Amino acid sequence: MSEHHLHSSEHHEEEGPHSSFSGYMIGFMASVILTAIPFWLVMADVLSSRNATVIVILGFALVQILVHMIFFLHMNFHSEGGWNMLSLIFTVVLLFITLAGSLWVMYHMNVNMMPGMMTGSS
Amino acid sequence: MSHSAVIPAAGESGKFEFLERGEHHVANGTLLGFWLYLMSDCLVFAALFATYGVLSQNFAGGPTGADLFDLPLVAINTSFLLFSSITYGFAMLQMQQNKLNGTIIWLAITGVFGAAFLGLELYEFYHLLHQGAGPQRSAFLSSFFTLVGTHGLHVSFGIIWLVTLLVQLKKHGLTTANRRRLFCLSMFWHFLDVVWIGVFTIVYLMGSMS
Amino acid sequence: MSEQFELSKLIFGRLSWESIPLHDPIILGTFIMVLLGGGAIVGALTYYKVWSYLWREWITSIDHKRIGVMYMILGIVMLLRGFADAIMMRIHQAMAFGDATGYLPPHHYDQIFTAHGVIMIFFVAMPFVVGLMNYIVPLQIGARDVAFPFLNNLSFWMTAAGAALVMASLFIGEFAKSGWLAYPPLTGILQSPGVGVDYYIWSLQIAGVGTLLSGINFVVTIVKMRAPGMNMMKMPVFVWTALCTNILIVAAFPVLTAVMTLLSLDRYLGMNFFTNDLGGNAMMYVNLIWIWGHPEVYILILPIFGVFSEIVSTYSGKRLFGYSSMVYATLVITILSYLVWLHHFFTMGSGATVNSFFGITTMIISIPTGAKIFNWLFTMYRGRIKFDVPMLWTIGFMITFVIGGMTGVLLAVPPADFVLHNSLFLIAHFHNVIIGGVVFGTFAAITYWYPKVTGYKLDPFWGKASFWCWFIGFYLAFMPLYMLGFMGVTRRMSHFDDPSLQIWFQIALGGAVLIGLGIACFLIQLYVSYKKRDSLRDETGDPWDGRTLEWSTSSPPPKYNFAFTPKVYDNDAWWHMKANGFVRPTSDFLAIHMPKNTAAGIVVAGISTVFGFAMIWHMWLLAGLSFTSLIVTIIIHTFNYKRDYYIPVEEVARTEAQRTEVLA
Repeated sequence: MSEHHLHSSEHHEEEGPHSSFSGYMIGFMASVILTAIPFWLVMADVLSSRNATVIVILGFALVQILVHMIFFLHMNFHSEGGWNMLSLIFTVVLLFITLAGSLWVMYHMNVNMMPGMMTGSS
Repeated sequence: MSHSAVIPAAGESGKFEFLERGEHHVANGTLLGFWLYLMSDCLVFAALFATYGVLSQNFAGGPTGADLFDLPLVAINTSFLLFSSITYGFAMLQMQQNKLNGTIIWLAITGVFGAAFLGLELYEFYHLLHQGAGPQRSAFLSSFFTLVGTHGLHVSFGIIWLVTLLVQLKKHGLTTANRRRLFCLSMFWHFLDVVWIGVFTIVYLMGSMS
Repeated sequence: MSEQFELSKLIFGRLSWESIPLHDPIILGTFIMVLLGGGAIVGALTYYKVWSYLWREWITSIDHKRIGVMYMILGIVMLLRGFADAIMMRIHQAMAFGDATGYLPPHHYDQIFTAHGVIMIFFVAMPFVVGLMNYIVPLQIGARDVAFPFLNNLSFWMTAAGAALVMASLFIGEFAKSGWLAYPPLTGILQSPGVGVDYYIWSLQIAGVGTLLSGINFVVTIVKMRAPGMNMMKMPVFVWTALCTNILIVAAFPVLTAVMTLLSLDRYLGMNFFTNDLGGNAMMYVNLIWIWGHPEVYILILPIFGVFSEIVSTYSGKRLFGYSSMVYATLVITILSYLVWLHHFFTMGSGATVNSFFGITTMIISIPTGAKIFNWLFTMYRGRIKFDVPMLWTIGFMITFVIGGMTGVLLAVPPADFVLHNSLFLIAHFHNVIIGGVVFGTFAAITYWYPKVTGYKLDPFWGKASFWCWFIGFYLAFMPLYMLGFMGVTRRMSHFDDPSLQIWFQIALGGAVLIGLGIACFLIQLYVSYKKRDSLRDETGDPWDGRTLEWSTSSPPPKYNFAFTPKVYDNDAWWHMKANGFVRPTSDFLAIHMPKNTAAGIVVAGISTVFGFAMIWHMWLLAGLSFTSLIVTIIIHTFNYKRDYYIPVEEVARTEAQRTEVLA
């Protein structure tokens, strides 16, 4: 440990979050379940409606992303003085703007400018 | 301005203490900085997902996702990545207990899972190219290969980094600097797993539904 | 024979002797001038034996102050190039009427307007803004350097590498002929098979890495390294605007990287993102690049708002009016800048719903911006205003920027935009805000902080001359373009038929010449001030009776900025220290922990330049080699664990004693 006397941070406490075995296991088990169900839904064609399947698997993805954030990336409101969380929220907002905005803009553009080519099977 | 005369009160006057007289420790910003990098990377993926979203129905008469995607293969690949996440977690737990060898072993296992993931992905790409469904075929395939390929490229760099870190751990042990690097790589690795959740849901699962 | 051909193709790619435009007298002349000038500079540096000094103290320096100065120098050099492009265009457009075709062939003219835009945004405005933040932010927050000093050095050299590639395109091959945002399908491989677009892509990609890294660097610096007591609402406004700008950099530049990558995949691997066939959609490029492009506008202007805030309160001798409203206005602009991008392509046909949403968000942005203008006016109200040169630039800015802002609101109205889109009205509008904002602000900042950097003030006479040339020159050059825009004249034309328009272009040329004089006055100002440095010297370190921490240390500041980290109790920390009888300490110094210089930055950037060049010219062998060595160099760099050292107490004590002597 004391090989680098020059690092001033040597005097500080351990950086980064503390993790536990149980935390990782909970995260892992939850992820396995949250991955298996959507695969099963699609591969076995369980739900009759396509839209319902899409909404359900997107929901599962969202939950699994939250699980990863909490149990693997150890996100919380106080690490790095809250800046980690703040930057994450900001990024998610921009992510939403970029994705939803692009789809919205481009959809309307296609509807207005290329009617009849909407299926893309040109 | 007066000098030497006021030495007893040097720097402090009245009710305010204007200077920190001891050594001022600055908090290390590496973890926050790396997190910000990941956020910016997240927006690279946002742009790629948006492109995929806009172009995903533009098959140009070529094959669709339902024609091409091999879901069992994707499921296996997903499990590789998921396993690599938990093994990286174990490496971090070993690091917390100051066990160098344990850290190195779990890290190496993580690398193997990562390499297996990459191998399967390359196999999938090779297979698609072989079928004439290369990235040049249609806008859908261009955006598919780019999105999935960019994720794969990140995993490749993660593996290069991981190997480098293994050497550095052997050489210097669990020093503060190396612990910090392990933390950064762990964020990178788990972040790639998060991106993959988006990829397998939006690209593979949604793409397989006709 | 064919085997030999294959080999040379592998090594040299598309590059051949024909790539060097020896047949074009204008370029050849420039090339010879650059060779002679460059040779003279290299010769002089060698003759005076300053290479090793430059290497030790500047090129490998990780000191944020040195890096800041290097950014400013890069900005000034590229400003000259960008302006040369501008005056060439103005001369050409003033000539090319009716039978006269002007002196530039269309393909050359197209390269010039593209290079002008790219250079002015990426290699003039960005280096200026980043350079200012580099120099000032750590000083204002009482820090000794930035959070990642090595990355800071790397960022600078990556930006310089991008600039070098753009400059290389002048003499080896060509530059893009597509306008500064390189819309496909014009920039696709079918329409632009040459190297021009590839120069564009790679110079932006390489410089973009540098910009992104410096963005992360400054966010962490501001978040983590503020002096004790300086909570968020005690940060100087310039630091606030720098924080928001860097957040925007971190959030916007990835999108540029992504969209440039997609364009290069179309060009290099024949993919179909933005092509006309096989399902590609060129509109998606426009959509994505403006998701980066609009925040970019605010990346440039926000720090300049910070500069003006500092200057207005200093030269009015008053605390800034409405500090918290200034902060919230900045934050609102930061968020809103992400919700307006479509106003750059109202005419593309997304329809009334989409257009009205983006039109309204665009108009809303003018509210926080207007709030800022009022804050500055109220700061001046009843202040003891000193009309020094920085204040002249500030007042010039307020007048000009308000006009530019109003034409912007006009353009934000979709039906009006359908008339004015891509016309010279638009050109006049964005030059109005960029020159009136970023350029005036940069000159204000240079004049304001120059004594901090060099220890002597800039000569006010030449400063005023420069200001009036720029100010009048701007109006002469761009008001005619508003007129022309209303008459329906579109941008990027290299020839006109209607002779009645010519007079407006001639007036605009007059304005451009006047702006050229303004730049000349600025350069003369630097020279004259250097010559008169003894009479302009400032020994207090606080020539303007400043308010923020950078004025509390010497001019130029020592390597370590502050012998002791200051504690902050007030927004105007230094003002508060002065008001409460702060006495400079003269003893009990400590050794100071500092980062070491490194050559890794310039090496990595150098290899990146080679890689970019190889990719542009399809030299696959060199590209492979340079990419591998790039990775290897970075890995080797990570094996260097000893990146810091202590400045011994004796040296600190000696430096501080010298200052004590000067102050006595």
